Amino acid sequence: MSKGDSVQPADLLRPRHVGQPIRRTEDPRLLTGNGEYTADRKPDRVLHVAFRRSEQAHATIVAIDTAQARAAPGVVAVFTAEDVAELYKPIIPVSRMANYYATPIVALATGKVRYVGEAVVAVIAEDRYLAEDALELIEIDYAPLGVVTDPEDAAAADAPLLHDEAGTNVLVAREFKKGDAAADIAAAHTSVRGRFRMTRKAPLAMEPRSYCAEFDGRREAITLYTSSNIPGIVRDALAESLDLPGSRLRVVAPDVGGSFGSKGSLYPEEILLCVAARKLRRSLKWTADRLEDIASSSQSFAETIEAELGFDADGVAVALQADVTGDVGAYSIYPWTCALEPVQVVSFLPGPYKIKSYRGAVRGVATSKPPTGPYRGVGRPISTFVTERLMDMAAKALGIDPLEIRRRNLVRDDEFPYRIASGIIWDRTGFVACLDAAAEAANYAALRQQQAAARAAGRWFGIGLSSYAELTGIGSRIAVAPGMPINTGSETAKIRIDSTGAITATFGVASHGQGLETTLAQVIADDLGARFDDIRVVQGDSDGVPMSTGTYASRSAVLGGGAAKHASVLLREKIKRVASHLLEAAVDDIDVANGFARVAGTDRTVSFKQVAKAVYSDMKTLPVEAREELEASYTYDPINGTTACATHLAAVEIDPASCFVKVLKYVVAEDCGRIINPMIVDGQVHGGVAQGIGAALYEEMIYDDTGQLLSASLVDYVIPSAVEIPHIDVVHIESESAVAGGFRGMGEGGTIGAPAAIANAIADALAPLGIDVFELPVTPERLFRLIEIARSQQQQ
Amino acid sequence: MTIDITVTINGRLYRASVEPRLLLSDFLRDTLGLTGTHVGCEHGVCGACTVIIDGDSVRSCLTLAVRADGATITTVEGLGTPEQLNALQHQFRECHGLQCGFCTPGMLMTGMDLLKKYPLATDDQIREGLSGNLCRCTGYQNIVAAIRAAAALRNETTP
Ligand code: FES
Ligand code: FES
Repeated sequence: MSKGDSVQPADLLRPRHVGQPIRRTEDPRLLTGNGEYTADRKPDRVLHVAFRRSEQAHATIVAIDTAQARAAPGVVAVFTAEDVAELYKPIIPVSRMANYYATPIVALATGKVRYVGEAVVAVIAEDRYLAEDALELIEIDYAPLGVVTDPEDAAAADAPLLHDEAGTNVLVAREFKKGDAAADIAAAHTSVRGRFRMTRKAPLAMEPRSYCAEFDGRREAITLYTSSNIPGIVRDALAESLDLPGSRLRVVAPDVGGSFGSKGSLYPEEILLCVAARKLRRSLKWTADRLEDIASSSQSFAETIEAELGFDADGVAVALQADVTGDVGAYSIYPWTCALEPVQVVSFLPGPYKIKSYRGAVRGVATSKPPTGPYRGVGRPISTFVTERLMDMAAKALGIDPLEIRRRNLVRDDEFPYRIASGIIWDRTGFVACLDAAAEAANYAALRQQQAAARAAGRWFGIGLSSYAELTGIGSRIAVAPGMPINTGSETAKIRIDSTGAITATFGVASHGQGLETTLAQVIADDLGARFDDIRVVQGDSDGVPMSTGTYASRSAVLGGGAAKHASVLLREKIKRVASHLLEAAVDDIDVANGFARVAGTDRTVSFKQVAKAVYSDMKTLPVEAREELEASYTYDPINGTTACATHLAAVEIDPASCFVKVLKYVVAEDCGRIINPMIVDGQVHGGVAQGIGAALYEEMIYDDTGQLLSASLVDYVIPSAVEIPHIDVVHIESESAVAGGFRGMGEGGTIGAPAAIANAIADALAPLGIDVFELPVTPERLFRLIEIARSQQQQ
Repeated sequence: MTIDITVTINGRLYRASVEPRLLLSDFLRDTLGLTGTHVGCEHGVCGACTVIIDGDSVRSCLTLAVRADGATITTVEGLGTPEQLNALQHQFRECHGLQCGFCTPGMLMTGMDLLKKYPLATDDQIREGLSGNLCRCTGYQNIVAAIRAAAALRNETTP
């Protein structure tokens, strides 16, 4: 028993780590090349996989000749769909939704191909170069079928069907209704409308998808290393598909180089690698090259929205209606289904506003393109783009300032919890506070003056606002994706102090850049009373906890953080009980902080190490019944989840010569509740905004009428570099949240607010020409056309 | 057919017999196990694979291993260690200049090259210098801050 460490009683009361910009635990390894991404794995005598992918957008596979490839140097095996069909069950992205057809997910294209880039044949060879050589020796005979690239065409009764069994290309259709929106709009004082479009995007994580299936012959087991952010979901799905128990199938996401949603679904290649590793009894590895990553990872945000918003004479929005068509691509993804993105658009269109009546109809239509899936923000970058554009159009029509019209319509502090017209409930969050804070931080009045001066000088200078709210940290009462039968509402933390006194905290979440090893340790340090540096966080490993899903939907700080708090408290109580024996004091008199238990108000302490020794090794100190294993596990379910919100403000100037949009100023005021690590929160906002700017100005997946991909390289699919992204100012409103710890999720928000703010700023800049922005991205080419049309109309 | 090459990497001499088509990035990662160098595109756009060859930053995915015969190469493994980060690595940590860490080795190697060659007096110059390296996580702001801080330190120490 030692005496006199330096903790003062006052220190015990306030959080010492939560709220601090603590430097990340992850960084030393990632900065020195000591990280380990999936592609860095080197299992014994690993074989390499390469895929022959379809060059056809929709065609029957008539014949595949692999004889030459099988005979090629270094080739160990060649698999077609037929060769592996008996070895696994297709994975079906089922849902309880009505009007939904679940397309099965198979390891290799079976019977026909449905998009360019779909994997048809797998070659397994001693090295990747040899595997790729052999790909060229494969002959595939296709009989082309009708290609459907436009979702409107694909929805027509006589369109060629991608899935005959579905009987239609409309894989999902839903309608949300409250009141009589059409009648209310007809009766409204003013209404604004538009046909909005967001083109297809690639989330484009810098690390291409990568899988390594490591075969253990001794245990007849497979460990799949995967660049996934849902390793738990992948484990459960593959266990079922391959009929392998979880004790022989482990799925690990080691260091993962970003996802943004593109690594958040189960992929055919994950099935193929596991099936083939089991059959060949060898470890197998595959990493996408950039071209195949762009062509085969889930894409997103491909929607057209006809929307109309009605207002009364005071600028209060009364009714909204919208018809959304989502171009969901060739397959429904697992587990989220193809409904995730388009249905989320109609769910969130009313946004943070008190609109009384609503009708939102959505169709998700299959096309001959890669499947769409989650991308940072999911649906809300588009719903926010539409609603915020309509707000600005109305402000202009009614002669109200854009700031003022939002203030009149946002849910106010005394009105929470508030159920918006689509049924989503916002809990108390700083909607108006964020609006005001953004305006203040940007010095809105001065910006407007600057704009007046620029306009007087004939320059195109615009200011754009966007306000949004999102549901984060969703609990078990709400499905992350509509009707999805898996539980995404809970997360488990397991914290253990072993016989050396080391603290290991294991989670099912799967960080892929968010720094959860740091932030979760911050939470534990405070609630367990441990030293930050003594805590090691293990995550992304399906063996860590009995059931987990991963990191997505802005959930990990809320669910992981909540589980961490509860498990910490349970373990702290155990430590107190042991310490009360060792220190001969009442349990209630023991404080725990900084890795020590202490009798309050005295200098009598024991370290965690001494506590561990007493429990595990030194059999004389404690009575047998007091030797409780120093481990606690807690599964946290926030039941409903919690709201997060922000207002973004952008100021842009457009160069009339190049039609290039320069973002001059960017401010985000956001409310993510109690902040665990402000440095990390700011980083998440910066990155999200950069992606939103990319979506607004540059990024676009282009498929021609025959379904050929024209933007398969980073030369053609342009993501912003350091030159295109402005300095971003971030202001935090930390309003109370009801979930454990008061955290709110915030990983996606930047991408939700930015497209709308940029679109509004461009429309504002071009208001003198009467130009509105209905389509993103606003590339220089699109802008040039808009300006030409406006000028010729003005001349007439 | 293979070709014998001799390369000095991070101060150590390597001899190997490589196929003429082998990329330097694959040679570093797969042959030598130096997996700190990342491959994000294999077509020269993302900059993740950047290494320093004979004093200049080069994309290892656009370089054949045989072309490195006789060269002196520094990769991210040749900067600091987890216990002793070098000045630029340290600033990346201080400024939160990395999230997933995938672009980071390329950013560091480009940053080292920029710090050696350019004044980097303004953020615009830093951003311009980084324009060949893509990051999807950070929005660049904190990478720029890290290089700005490292440049300031450099200016203090080199009169
Ligand atoms: S991997 Fe070399 S530039 Fe992208
Ligand atoms: S830190 Fe993830 S790509 Fe730069």
